[in-house]
Amino acid sequence: MQYDEKRLTRIVATDCGSTTTKAILIEWIDGEFRQTIRGEAPTTVEAPLNDVTKGVINATQELEELARLKYHNPNIKFMENGEFVIPRKGDIGVDAYVSTSSAGGGLQMMVTGVVASMTGESAERAALGAGAIVMDLIASNDKRMNHEKIERIRELRPDMILMAGGEDGGTVKHVVEMAELVASADPKPRLGSGYKLPVIYAGNKDAREEIVKTLGEKVDLIITDNIRPKLEIENLLPAREKIHNLFMEHVMKQAPGYNKLMEWTVGPDHEQVPIMPTPAAVGNIMQAISKEENIEVVGVDIGGATTDIFSVFTKDFIFNRTVSANLGLSYSISNVLASAGLENIMRWVPFDINESELRNMIKNKMIRPTTIPSLLEELVLEQAIAKEALRLAFEQHKSFASSLKGMQKQRDISEAFSQSVSGETIVNMMTLDLLVGSGGVLSHAPRRNQTVMMLIDAFLPEGITRLSVDSIFMMPHLGVLSEISSKAATEVFRKDCMIYLGTCVAPVGKSKIGKPALYAKLELPDGSVFEEDIPFGEMRLIPCEIGKVAKATLKTHSGLILDADRKKEITVDLHGGVVGIVLDTRGRQPFVLPTDKNERISALKKWMKALIVYPENILS
Amino acid sequence: MGQAYSAGLTVTDSIILRKERILPLKGQVLVKKGDKVKAENVVAETLLPGKVIPFNLANKLGVTPQQLVNFIKIKPGDKITKNTVLAETKGLFGLGIMKTEVLSPIEGEVENISSVTGQILLREPRIPVQVKAFIDGLVTDIIEDEGVIIENKSAYIQGIFGLGGETFGELKMIADSSDDELDVAKIDSSCAGKIIVAGAFAPYHAIDIARKNGVKAIITGGIDDQDIKKLLGYDIGVAITGHENIGITIVCTEGFGRINMAQKTFNLLKRFEGYKTSIHGRTQIRAGVIRPEIIIPLQFEEQELVAKEVTMPILEIGTVIRIIRQPHFGRIAKVTALPEELTKVESETLVRVLEAEFEDGTRIIVPRANVEVIES
Repeated sequence: MQYDEKRLTRIVATDCGSTTTKAILIEWIDGEFRQTIRGEAPTTVEAPLNDVTKGVINATQELEELARLKYHNPNIKFMENGEFVIPRKGDIGVDAYVSTSSAGGGLQMMVTGVVASMTGESAERAALGAGAIVMDLIASNDKRMNHEKIERIRELRPDMILMAGGEDGGTVKHVVEMAELVASADPKPRLGSGYKLPVIYAGNKDAREEIVKTLGEKVDLIITDNIRPKLEIENLLPAREKIHNLFMEHVMKQAPGYNKLMEWTVGPDHEQVPIMPTPAAVGNIMQAISKEENIEVVGVDIGGATTDIFSVFTKDFIFNRTVSANLGLSYSISNVLASAGLENIMRWVPFDINESELRNMIKNKMIRPTTIPSLLEELVLEQAIAKEALRLAFEQHKSFASSLKGMQKQRDISEAFSQSVSGETIVNMMTLDLLVGSGGVLSHAPRRNQTVMMLIDAFLPEGITRLSVDSIFMMPHLGVLSEISSKAATEVFRKDCMIYLGTCVAPVGKSKIGKPALYAKLELPDGSVFEEDIPFGEMRLIPCEIGKVAKATLKTHSGLILDADRKKEITVDLHGGVVGIVLDTRGRQPFVLPTDKNERISALKKWMKALIVYPENILS
Repeated sequence: MGQAYSAGLTVTDSIILRKERILPLKGQVLVKKGDKVKAENVVAETLLPGKVIPFNLANKLGVTPQQLVNFIKIKPGDKITKNTVLAETKGLFGLGIMKTEVLSPIEGEVENISSVTGQILLREPRIPVQVKAFIDGLVTDIIEDEGVIIENKSAYIQGIFGLGGETFGELKMIADSSDDELDVAKIDSSCAGKIIVAGAFAPYHAIDIARKNGVKAIITGGIDDQDIKKLLGYDIGVAITGHENIGITIVCTEGFGRINMAQKTFNLLKRFEGYKTSIHGRTQIRAGVIRPEIIIPLQFEEQELVAKEVTMPILEIGTVIRIIRQPHFGRIAKVTALPEELTKVESETLVRVLEAEFEDGTRIIVPRANVEVIES
């Protein structure tokens, strides 16, 4: 159901995260929707409070107080007697309240399939796309023995299981065998023991009868369309919808206070607006940007515990989401060190530091996750760790976001010698139009230039790519808001949420340090002209305001290329942003940092100075 | 704003504790309400289902899953011993010549037989699990078939990070002061079965000697990350600990690196030297935070068992705080002002700060996120 601005003049949206409940106020002002005020309070799903609505009330109270101050009107109130007043009557109440949630660990799922890289992966894609954390993928062909699989299922205690396997008319035996393993593990749901674990079956339709026989009495079995009816067809939507319904009906109802919260989230006519898992809401927004502007998008949300990556690629707008459950900057910071290795972190640090000191610093952040870097050196180190967390999460995403594996592909003679195979990644950095960053370390970096540097170093965009950041982390709110007003969500997204940082131009290929790499002539909106033949191994920052465009002539040397057509010379409009236009001639495929420590440190300092990333004193 | 909430770890010489001791599955509670229990007493026990052993009986017999029913000798629920005949073919001409037999590989029971896949599931015998009281105290409530609530009065210290599971023993001071390093020369057979207290730091070789001398647990201010890697054989990725099998429990009160143990914590441990103490290293720093605990049970009367209402520690002028991040990590100070406006710190981050004063009179400005309240 969609409403227009006459029915929606004031909306409260919250995101109940594992540690903080973030509330924003959206209002219809002077003929447009704007996000006007933001408040937050600790989330209250744990003892002693055990009721998520307490945190929502606290965050909303902060909104009310700030609204009274902003409009010099002591009568403004959104809630009365601890509940939202809907619809709004003058100063009192709001027209809608919507919310997302990842509190209490979000939605945790286990998926099963027959072949891990085929039906198993499709099941994983469906679960991730619905906003879940996939705790494990169990397949007939994974290397574990059956008794190990049973033990694993038993110890996981997921919120629900999604079972796939077999194309329609294909294997029944393997699918039923997997159901037998699930049945004998007799898994229990994570929250509450008073209900049966929901299991969605989305496999071979010929096996349904046997699946009901095997599992029907032990679990709450829901049957839906096959996720992979044929090898070359993936049909994720019916399973995703079932996951969303079950999330509301089962999981949310078990979480403390959610029964009440679910009654609260309503539109102006008091019809329910379902609470959405936070990543599902962010996914909605990413897909909406991509479709509306007809562009390819990569988005990232880096948190304290997990990093989510979203992408929309190809002309069919294929959407993928991955969550790296143990890559983050506070709770999971130590795991970034364990996964990336100390050397990979140190390669981004423009000074020398004792290894033991760095390791202890990282561990101290892990055990005291809410502390913030007060010293400049510590900020530089945290941002170096962020680059590695982002890089690792993106690597996982690239290998997951692929064309369907196991397909027979007919090739003509021109393709016979090419390397293309099924299961190749569809992430193409050269055709990517927009990279969106979000999450504390990116949204709240003291200088936006630091955000630009982190995004470029971690994602290594190729050719011409626009960069942006979620100003105050409101993509989840807007994702769920779009359920009742896509107009409000889009307007606020453009005006208040998305901050364009600028554009990165990065020729692809290899050359020698100092050899001419990129001739760039930029006619800037203020009438000035930037012109330089930039050598290989350099970075340049050319200020160009947000909303403005520079007319650029770009010409590469030494076999470097600038776009998917392998062009070496192009004339193009480059969009500005709060940071500006970055010309990066450090090379791609490969991107190489000097191996000698002193050379590396001096190169890092040179680039960081060029992009004005840190104060001079730490770079001299 | 005159005050703000801030997290902190509890260090107190007297608290009313209430511990749930619950079985992983329903079972039998062995004590009753009003019983006085010791840490080492078993309060509840149960039998966990045994391991499931699946295997394809039809394949082993060389028949189709549908034919299996003609040859099978068992049914779900049957008790079996090792070598029980699970199925056999009739052999040539039904005379038993060249017949195939499949014998059970385990003792246990038959869980399931599938005519679709030909797979059978056997379950090994149940595994007994016992829950101990862990602390000396009084059973104040019974949760039927699940466990008990035990209450007592204790001196109580929350650690920041730990390794290893629950244990108990007598408290013994090794350090003379809170800035000492654990001295190997002082660890000998007299430490066996004890919980020993180091000062600022416990290096790997000292932990190893303690372990060899039968020490049950070490309480230290700081520990080095690389020493932990040596102890465990791997790098800790996510702080969910307590299950490590390293033959000793370790509780850190301050953090990683060499950090003086907070004087209040050190003095408290010193005051209770010789007391029986319960300790665990279980740590979880995500949703459902768990911190390691050091519990020193005290004498109490039943009517004293009234827990104080939980209050959030409050930051206000005069509050004693500990700084929990560089610079000045580990130092104690007193809050002198709580300015409202955001302030730019050295890293150029705009944050809420507080002003505080060290004992020597020097004043500092610290982000509020980088302090914890020391409760008096």
